[in-house]
Amino acid sequence: MTLHTSITATPLLRVEGLTKRYGPRIGCADVSFDLYPGEVLGIVGESGSGKSTLLSCLAGHQRADLGRIAYDGREVLAMSETERRRLGRTDWAFVHQNPRDGLRMGVSAGGNVGERLMAVGARHYGDIRGKAVDWLGRVEIAADRVDDRPSAFSGGMQQRLQIARNLVTGPRLVFMDEPTGGLDVSVQARLLDLLRGLVRDLGLSVIIVTHDLAVVRLLAHRLMVMKSGRVVEQGLTDQVLDDPQHAYTQLLVSSVLQV
Amino acid sequence: MIRIENLSKSFTLHNQGGAVIPVMGGASLTVNSGECVGLTGQSGAGKSTLMRMVYGNYLTAGGRLMVGDTDVATAEPRQIIALRRHTLGYVSQFLRVVPRVPTLDVVAAPLLALGPPADQARDRAAQLLQRLNIPDRLWTLSPTTFSGGEQQRVNIARGFAHAYPALLLDEPTASLDAANREVVLTLIEEAKARGAAILGIFHDEGARARVCDRLVDVTGFTPKAAA
Repeated sequence: MTLHTSITATPLLRVEGLTKRYGPRIGCADVSFDLYPGEVLGIVGESGSGKSTLLSCLAGHQRADLGRIAYDGREVLAMSETERRRLGRTDWAFVHQNPRDGLRMGVSAGGNVGERLMAVGARHYGDIRGKAVDWLGRVEIAADRVDDRPSAFSGGMQQRLQIARNLVTGPRLVFMDEPTGGLDVSVQARLLDLLRGLVRDLGLSVIIVTHDLAVVRLLAHRLMVMKSGRVVEQGLTDQVLDDPQHAYTQLLVSSVLQV
Repeated sequence: MIRIENLSKSFTLHNQGGAVIPVMGGASLTVNSGECVGLTGQSGAGKSTLMRMVYGNYLTAGGRLMVGDTDVATAEPRQIIALRRHTLGYVSQFLRVVPRVPTLDVVAAPLLALGPPADQARDRAAQLLQRLNIPDRLWTLSPTTFSGGEQQRVNIARGFAHAYPALLLDEPTASLDAANREVVLTLIEEAKARGAAILGIFHDEGARARVCDRLVDVTGFTPKAAA
């Protein structure tokens, strides 16, 4: 059947027993999952549940104490710092909650996007500018804003610029930390639609951390629920939200205000 | 195409004293290609629960739940994702969409996910919206502001956009006027004619009599009271 031909047999990312401690405290403990090409994995949990710690360990911003991370068959934790940084510039991308953490505020919008291309070796000015304008268009930033600095942009535009800066180098795996947090609801909706289209058209794999269950329902294929540093439940997003098995997930789902 | 054997389901309410509520036991039925089977039984008897289990939206406690050659009861999430993308469609009673996405794209989305040319997917979406009498001036708007009946028709158009080999329909003719009800019944007949296996809930008796080849009363799947 056609069904099986589309299921890729090997995961893009394989995580086993990942643990990070801060002294006696647990950041995250014994986290394991596989992520396949084109899949969006949502991680939810309240503040302090370890979801951001997990994301930063996965992305290599913090060093995990224990466990394995295999990306495309390569052991990430065994890589040299140079190798890991190269991966971070080419195959991976990280979208921060606050666009200011992911952008260079003193550089023009076009420069923000072009800089990433130069970091992976692009040198031809015309090509770089052309590609930057193309990407600004994809994230719905008008071409006449290319020379403006991000400080002149609204919060939603800054976030879209950060996404363009991250995706211009054609990453395969994107980490997102509350990408729609701090934005107005209508701006959020536009960003969600944009992200969905990009994931589908570029075949991206995404790990998205959020506390917003409505966002994961619309964006994530699979969901992981964390509490006190541990994964208490994982599965298909709508299944976890509609038929939660763990006491904490049941509480989380039933605590959402209906609109 | 759909084969259910001895399926059971219970809910455990951890935050209400850990109460375990058995809701289904010994459920068995089959739906062959080109056939429409209607689920009957009183409100609360478990019709929607069974549909949700078939779709993988609710977990199964025991039994087998084959859709094509996937056992939904034991499948990995990504197998269910692939099943839903290619094989199993579901028209629920409620439309759930990303706000601000135009109606035409909402309907075309299941096709776009399969990767054919975008204009082809949108042509098919436009054709369905036209048949379901959604005026084309609304196609560029998000359906979130539409009336209940319009949303229901957008939902149906989306469910029929791709020719799924298996289809779940939860009250597809509810809140529709006579003309649109006729369109939906014709769509169901066309789907059967191309070989789709359909499992549906129809409170509308006339609709049930017209499209269903067999009826299964889910009251028989109610677990025997333990108390």
